[in-house]
Amino acid sequence: MALAVAPVSPTRRSRRAEAGSTGRRSLSNNLKSYALILPALLCFALFSWYPTIKVFFLAFEKTSFSVGGNHFGGLVNYRTLMADPQFWPAWRNTFAFTGIALVIGFGLPFFVAVLLNELRHMKQAFRVVIYLPVMIPPVVTDLLWKWFYTQPSGLFDQALGAAHLPQSGWYQSSRMALISLVLITTWANMGGTVLIYLAALQNIPGHLYEAAELDGANLWQRFRYVTVSQTRFVLLMLMLFQIIATMQEFNEVNVITGGGPGNSTITVLYLIYKYFDQYYNYGGACLLSAMLVVFLGIFSAAFLRLTRRHG
Amino acid sequence: MLKGRRGKRIYWTVFSVVAIVCVAVFLFPMFWAVTGALRSTTDLDSPTVSFLPHEWLLSNYSNAWSQLDLLQYFKNTVIQAGGAWVLEIVLLTLAAFALSKLRPRFGGVILGGFLVSMFIPGQAIVVSTYLVAKDLPFIHTNLLDNPLAIWLPAVTSAFNLFILKRFFDQLSDELMEAAEIDGAGVARKLWSIVIPMARPVLAVVSIFAFVAVWQSYLWPLMVFTDPNKYPLSVAVTQISYSAPLNWALAADVLASIPLLVMFVLFQRNIIGGLSGATTG
Repeated sequence: MALAVAPVSPTRRSRRAEAGSTGRRSLSNNLKSYALILPALLCFALFSWYPTIKVFFLAFEKTSFSVGGNHFGGLVNYRTLMADPQFWPAWRNTFAFTGIALVIGFGLPFFVAVLLNELRHMKQAFRVVIYLPVMIPPVVTDLLWKWFYTQPSGLFDQALGAAHLPQSGWYQSSRMALISLVLITTWANMGGTVLIYLAALQNIPGHLYEAAELDGANLWQRFRYVTVSQTRFVLLMLMLFQIIATMQEFNEVNVITGGGPGNSTITVLYLIYKYFDQYYNYGGACLLSAMLVVFLGIFSAAFLRLTRRHG
Repeated sequence: MLKGRRGKRIYWTVFSVVAIVCVAVFLFPMFWAVTGALRSTTDLDSPTVSFLPHEWLLSNYSNAWSQLDLLQYFKNTVIQAGGAWVLEIVLLTLAAFALSKLRPRFGGVILGGFLVSMFIPGQAIVVSTYLVAKDLPFIHTNLLDNPLAIWLPAVTSAFNLFILKRFFDQLSDELMEAAEIDGAGVARKLWSIVIPMARPVLAVVSIFAFVAVWQSYLWPLMVFTDPNKYPLSVAVTQISYSAPLNWALAADVLASIPLLVMFVLFQRNIIGGLSGATTG
């Protein structure tokens, strides 16, 4: 694969001829390479590949802290999950969170990037300001927003009160809680996506806009057929990565709501953590993990296939 | 797109609106946090809040620092993030260099394996990873409450590996071959040619690596049971339950300062790296 990627050049041809004539040199080259790769490979194997496989075995194990430890439990974890009244709310909220994040958080950074791309002054300053929240540790952001959301002394209720607007229950009302959490992640992560979009927008050749203008395209048509279609790949990739990230929502729920009020903000990842931290049921946690891994795997594969076919 | 005097007026209107919204949405909350940490608790609880604190209690910051053990948590975080950074940058540079420039047999397969990691939802399998760290296969060592539990998993950043590999791919083979003719071995090529040329990309990867560990929350929350080993991210949540609000806010602000300072210092590297990593 590495060779196939390299451009065909005289160097490559000579290199291949050389490798053929001195087989021993190539062997030592291979050994040296493996020695350099091995430490990183071990880390990936131990902390990325192995746990991914292991999770499917743990999902069928009954967790036990007595002598003998865990043992095969068949569907015992499945039955536990099905009997858990938090199971379906967790999935429903996770999908709702992902959906709301797409509505609020996906289009907005693109719109901001298109707007910023038109501005010719203080470019760097805008970028720095928008990216600052990305650098704040997410947990700190959550704690600060929790304080902003406080009633009635918090920043938001004060601002709404000053503007004579109705105040909302924010994360304390089951209707607004998920939206309140989505607002936080949108604010915190926008900088990264805006910068990536800006870079993609700057790669659009200017003559495409000129050609479209000559063909009589109006502002919307130029946006739709030049801006969006030229950045389509980046848009789709960031959409996929955003969905994968929001399906694993944990921080805001753990720091701010603890899954409440009621079960209105409990997410799959929060439930996994609860099985781990409160119920000491690692098998149950791993079955939930396995479900999430399978879902995200199938979803990512389908997403990549579908979007490729249309392009 | 916008021409003439009318266009100019529209431009400056849009510009001012964007500038005001940016300041209000992104900078004002930070100002509010920094000054909020200077207020007294009665000031914070008052149902009508003044724009500026009634009295400026700088002591909140010094109290947070001395009473809440922040120094210990800063030390822990620096050890965890610093160690992870060094290990990650060394191991990933070696692997990326070998895959890009030495091109061993099965290099493509290995690279594909690293690529797969990019699509593994790491946070989702965290309990399984925890059980691996608790009892490493074959050597049966327990990494919990040990900085190694942060350092070793930090290496598995496929994204950073690809940034490095793609940079090495762009370095010309002629240069490597010339060095070889001059008798340079692998170590010499790496140390005297590749690394000096790769400084900008190493800076970007370093920042990403350091920031990722400094910001991580769920993993350290799980692997550290000893409160004396908590990093800042875990510590500030604990502080928020026990300390007075103004001290807790001061701790939040202090925990963010190092990364914000780092960003201001390296803004060009970070913004350039983020743009370069995803396009071209």
